[in-house]
Amino acid sequence: MGLTMVEKILARATGQKQVRAGQVVEPRVSLAMSHENAALVINQFLEVYKDTGLKPKVWDPDKIAIILDHRVPAESAKTATNQKKIREFVAAQKIKKFHDIRGDEGGICHQILPESGYVLPGTVVVGTDSHTTSHGALGAFSFGIGATEMASVWALGQVLNVEVPGTIQVVAKGKFPRHVLPKDFILHLIGLISAEGANFKVLEYHGPAIENMSTSGRLTVCNMSVEAGATSGLVPPDRETLRYLREEARVKGKIDIFGPDPDAEYERVVEIDVSRLEPMVACPHTVDNVKPVGKVGKVKVDQIVIGSCTNGRLDDLAVAAKILKGKKIAKGVRMLVFPASFRIYQQALKLGYIADLVKAGAVVMNPGCGCCLGVHQGALGDGEVALSTTNRNFKGRMGNPKAEVYLCSPAVAAASALTGYITDPRKGGK
Amino acid sequence: MARVVLKLGDDISTDIIYPGRFMATVLPTETPQYAFADYPEFNARLKSGQVPPGSVVVAGKNFGCGSSREQAASTLKGHELVVVARNFARIFLQNAINLGLKLVVCPEIEAEEGDELEILPDKIINKTSGKEFKVEPLPRARQAIIDAGGLIPYTRQRLLEKVASRKKT
Repeated sequence: MGLTMVEKILARATGQKQVRAGQVVEPRVSLAMSHENAALVINQFLEVYKDTGLKPKVWDPDKIAIILDHRVPAESAKTATNQKKIREFVAAQKIKKFHDIRGDEGGICHQILPESGYVLPGTVVVGTDSHTTSHGALGAFSFGIGATEMASVWALGQVLNVEVPGTIQVVAKGKFPRHVLPKDFILHLIGLISAEGANFKVLEYHGPAIENMSTSGRLTVCNMSVEAGATSGLVPPDRETLRYLREEARVKGKIDIFGPDPDAEYERVVEIDVSRLEPMVACPHTVDNVKPVGKVGKVKVDQIVIGSCTNGRLDDLAVAAKILKGKKIAKGVRMLVFPASFRIYQQALKLGYIADLVKAGAVVMNPGCGCCLGVHQGALGDGEVALSTTNRNFKGRMGNPKAEVYLCSPAVAAASALTGYITDPRKGGK
Repeated sequence: MARVVLKLGDDISTDIIYPGRFMATVLPTETPQYAFADYPEFNARLKSGQVPPGSVVVAGKNFGCGSSREQAASTLKGHELVVVARNFARIFLQNAINLGLKLVVCPEIEAEEGDELEILPDKIINKTSGKEFKVEPLPRARQAIIDAGGLIPYTRQRLLEKVASRKKT
């Protein structure tokens, strides 16, 4: 039997001919990403060196990326002090892949990594963020770890004691109908296999609907793979991956393109015909509580959120701007837009999307994660309902356990902004 | 013997264990005050010292799903709680092992608040109901970390080995 994508990647990262699901390995890491929680990683890293007589020094400053995005600009003195501590550490350890709070190079980590060319196919990427699964969109084995695990990576350059995950193959056939987007595909998949359906597994994506999908859409799909419990999403790299890396991420060096073996061993195969999909909505309070938009019923919305690491890319903003251009969002509805990075923000400015959104009544925020996880900006009042293109609707997620969050695509979010109720974009406003 | 102090359902996310709005707090000495902050009654009992170390939280499947925030493990470790669940989400499980929080995977567990449990390596005996439930081992990949007393001492040990082998060559 042949090897899956993750088995091939882990074989390379451990210098072995082959590794198999279930085996325990210690792969070398090509990129180790953290955001504000680097403050905790630093503590744990220093703790590792305590009483060893060794000077704390990261294994390779060029392979560490730190992006400030979770609460930017700082909402409190505590956060500002944590961010200051991170800047001092970055300077002392000579970490170059550092993205501070800046309008030229700042943004959300899961957009900064791909657009800066930091992620290459066939490599191992770890991040102290569960949505690190995103970077499987570029063919990397990319997964979330905790802060102490990251401290260990900073010291050793390896992840210790990793069990090679088994793989579920997802085959996406057909063509997406109008107003049905990659977000609807991943919501449908999570609903189908459940929030723990891929726990400890890799979701490896195949089929014509994936081949025809932009890297932006693949990032959305891999981003939310963790909501089915997956260790990583993985798209075998192809011509689109190369195009993105060369043209958008401006990668100059060698890019190694390989896919799984044709006779790779999968634990399970899930087939989805995307031409039969509808716009989907994940209802409170679990991401696998997914229904077609027409079956949600009449739900009044107080706040619409478009953006984040899940759906804050240029094509997402284009979808929203096209629906909202020349129109007004409904009275009583607040709409917040979080572009995924300042590069995207600038592109959207140039293309007029930002003006279209603002004129319709939206508030365009700086790129950041704070609203999605309820730590900074856009909190909900008691009994309020949010409809959001972000990735989680857990109780308390947007800062209030007495509020509700529904998840959807940018098309559903924009169409709903016009009516004030969860609305099918295929039917338009009213 | 350990008493069940909280019974929860399936898919308990890290947002419930440790709400995002307290994430600027990172120190393991400070995170315990926010454990289950949105369950004010239980949080108050934890903070007032009414829950003795070794008390048990029982949950369904996919405990700890969601964010990679390590505070979700350190906040429970701070109270020396034991979590018995049908299964755990990957990152939470690894964080818990790394910090030495005790987790027990028990796919059939049935227990109510107030029940007394005897937790053995291979089974849990619910002394109140008289029923026994099989315990599944934690991932063997993680055993070395458990044996070393957590990931920090394990990494320190590995780092010193690495430095020593570099000196030899």
